[in-house]
Amino acid sequence: MKRLFSKKGSPVRGDSDAAPSSGVSRRDFLKGLGTTALSAAAMSAGGVAKELAQTNAERTYGPGPVPVFLSINGVKRILQLEPRVTLLEALRTHAGLTGTKESCDRATCGACTVLLDDVPVYACSMLAIEAQGAEITTIEGLANTGELTQLQQAFVDQDGLQCGYCSPGFVMGLTALLRKNPHPTEAEVRKACSGNLCRCGAYPGIFAAALKTAGVKTASKLEVIHWHDHALA
Amino acid sequence: MPWPKETKYLGKPTPRLDGPAKVSGRAKYTTDAAPAGMLYGAILRSKWPAARIRSINLEKARSAPGIKAAIPVREGEFVVRYYGEELAAVAGVSRQAVLDALRLIEVDATPLPFTVNELDAIQPDAPRVVSERPNLGAAETQTTGDVDAAFAASAAVVEGTFATQVEIHHPLEPHGDIVAPEGDEYTAWCSTQGVFEARNDLANCLGVPQNKVRVLCEHMGGGFGSKIENWTNRVLCARLARAAGAPVKLILTRFEQALSVGNRPSSFQKLKLAAGADGKLTAFEMVMFGTPGHAAGAGDQGGGVTFLPAPYIYPAPNTRVKKSKLAVNAGPATWMRAPGHPVASFGMEGILDELAVKLGMDPVEIRLRNDPHEIRRREYQIGAEKFGWKDKYRKPGASPGPIKAGVGCAGAGWMSGGEGTQAEVQVNPDGTVEVRCGTQDLGTGSRTVVAVVAAEMLGLDPAQITVRIGDTRLPPSGLSGGSATTASVAPAIYDACEKTLAELKKLSGFEDPRGARWREACGKIGATPLVVSGRWREGLSTGGAGGVQFAEVEVDTDTGFVKVRKILCVQDCGLVVNKLTCESQLNGGIIMGIGYALYEQRIMDAQSGVVLNPNFETYKLPGPADTPDIEIILLDMPERGVIGVGEPATVPTAAAIANAVANALGVRVTSLPITPDKVLAALGKLPKAAAQPTEGRMLDEAFTRVALAPVIPPAPPSGVRRRKAYA
Repeated sequence: MKRLFSKKGSPVRGDSDAAPSSGVSRRDFLKGLGTTALSAAAMSAGGVAKELAQTNAERTYGPGPVPVFLSINGVKRILQLEPRVTLLEALRTHAGLTGTKESCDRATCGACTVLLDDVPVYACSMLAIEAQGAEITTIEGLANTGELTQLQQAFVDQDGLQCGYCSPGFVMGLTALLRKNPHPTEAEVRKACSGNLCRCGAYPGIFAAALKTAGVKTASKLEVIHWHDHALA
Repeated sequence: MPWPKETKYLGKPTPRLDGPAKVSGRAKYTTDAAPAGMLYGAILRSKWPAARIRSINLEKARSAPGIKAAIPVREGEFVVRYYGEELAAVAGVSRQAVLDALRLIEVDATPLPFTVNELDAIQPDAPRVVSERPNLGAAETQTTGDVDAAFAASAAVVEGTFATQVEIHHPLEPHGDIVAPEGDEYTAWCSTQGVFEARNDLANCLGVPQNKVRVLCEHMGGGFGSKIENWTNRVLCARLARAAGAPVKLILTRFEQALSVGNRPSSFQKLKLAAGADGKLTAFEMVMFGTPGHAAGAGDQGGGVTFLPAPYIYPAPNTRVKKSKLAVNAGPATWMRAPGHPVASFGMEGILDELAVKLGMDPVEIRLRNDPHEIRRREYQIGAEKFGWKDKYRKPGASPGPIKAGVGCAGAGWMSGGEGTQAEVQVNPDGTVEVRCGTQDLGTGSRTVVAVVAAEMLGLDPAQITVRIGDTRLPPSGLSGGSATTASVAPAIYDACEKTLAELKKLSGFEDPRGARWREACGKIGATPLVVSGRWREGLSTGGAGGVQFAEVEVDTDTGFVKVRKILCVQDCGLVVNKLTCESQLNGGIIMGIGYALYEQRIMDAQSGVVLNPNFETYKLPGPADTPDIEIILLDMPERGVIGVGEPATVPTAAAIANAVANALGVRVTSLPITPDKVLAALGKLPKAAAQPTEGRMLDEAFTRVALAPVIPPAPPSGVRRRKAYA
């Protein structure tokens, strides 16, 4: 039976055309689902049960803590985690990397976005044990301590944030975009952001930050005028 | 106003000081703190929309692996009134341990009948949310002039019914706290809009003196009004910490955010408006009700249901207004960004456009004739010119289909203002400066405001100034609500800096210690740093912010989908402190207004009594793709002093969009959010059963009940009440 999630690719954000062939895009996921449904229909019930039993018999983890081997920002870590611990919780609580944020906890808002082998994924909706074998990059891993990447600096300069809680997720998603496509159009920037939400409404500044990093000049739509210059007609 | 005329930083764009920390993940929010020995807390919530709780057995939970404390929300029998109300809480060594333990709590409960939707709850035979009183509260009534005679004598009269939804704040950082006992003292990390209010609330619920509690809020992930109230989850967190004798972190989930930490109350507004042939308003009548959830009638927690100003910003000489709160079995309302105003604006601006159509008058023209606010009239004129209103405005429905374009406009007024902040400036002998003020930064940029004002006054670079905020050990400031923070804080910093310069002048003997001789002047302080206090004073800030917005939309008449193409905003800000963060505030208000106009609504299920959309998949926030072209014109008036702008920009957006949709279609969608199904219903493209929520016999009967409800005097305006409550 075809695996619905690749070992590395789950759950890849639907907005990500950045998914390399090793990952699984939402489209691939749906395709995979179709194949599974078809093949399941074609197989006898007994055949399905046998295959399921085989798949499940591969290995049993937990329910207690098990050693989980993660490569985070280039550092190999062994964490003792219950198998049900998500990658997000492993990063925030067990690895002490709180830059990655939890907000919706169900793959909608993107505050928890990290890169798995350069592909943006929602860390809240992936188990830590599934991330073994991949290179995990979090917001803390983008630049050396005290420095900012060009994109991060552009976020500050263009005020692509307000409360800042969504910022690590946006920065990670756009970092993935710019690595794959250093000169995106505004439409491509907007699409790359479509897996993230910002309740403060900092989107105009976020778009401007990504475009500035890509070398595109954006004009502020702000104009300051003075009362006395605009007397009533 | 004594603010300097020539400025280096005031009114210029200064990137926020905490930007680098926030974009690199170094900024520590409440959710990120982890004091040694910290436990995790979680809450068991009612699965019943209404029930009598007979007993709660915590024994199995308490003895579960890793559990250190388990407490009921209260002792003895009690009644819960909404799905998600708190029942009990546990604290333990891991998130998994407490989630497992919650399942072991045994609750003996008798479910009670419930009612969750307004038109059901207002029926005389509906189950009572609070058994002692009817669901529909007494009506606040205001009458001026002779309304009936004025309607009879007017050239044009229009009537309409408008409805607005329950909106949820949903800041991306969930509500939550960490409370850590240390001996007889407590340190708490709170995601709060007011560190001092949180401290007082914690001291109160722990039964300890206020000087034994310290509250910290270094960074805060948004609040929008929902993090003012001392919600039960904070009380439970504190009680768990005391019971366990260890720090407890209790952060709500997104699911819980939709249930019990506030919302913007709904409204049903029956409006009647009249004008003379010249377009001058002659009479206004409103009958309205809405629900603040289960707490209706229980004092101030109505969160603005009846606070909405009516008639909104366009006065009529003869008015009759009747407003009432209605209880339902749902989570409580609270203040939400400009309480009452977007609600009132949607109804008034809509009916005003209908009147303009009836009179054959341009919508901008009717506003210019009726708006008494001089600044806003100018804003309408400036906005209309910049927007190209004359070219874009066509008669309603005149746009060819199937994708029709339309334009609309609306205005806003907000009291803003501020007071009551203290601040301290510490100048070190090496010339470095620390400014201390116990305010908090919700994401509005108040930390940067402190630095900008101090830099301007002391002649330094903002980066040379260390700003300390978000701590009750600092000089006190008020809560961040009512767009009052900048207008409260900036004058206090000004005052402290002015006094600092006077002291430095004395100590150094320099006529002006600023500029090239700053270091030298500071060197004369001696070994002990100079610390000078200041406080908010009159004459540096003011209230009363006016703004207008113009919207351009396209509506697909086949799918019903509305797309906002452009919003143009003209906003009065008084003295602009930081152009960059001011622009972000206005962008954010507009985008939140788009959510209110088109997407957001809490949906209750009448059969089960639950919130059907307690997550971001089904509660739709405006996303990146929904961001239109936003153009902002700041009307800079330094002579007015500092005025906050957090709230005004979110007020008129929905009304302007709704007017633009009506202009595009030639028929009006009279309830928010303007979803595709409502557009299609308004166009008559759906079966008769799919009427708009503002139609039908049940609603007519509901308004009759409000009209007949007993009468009470009107409440004072919300701003006054709020400030008094939190002074």
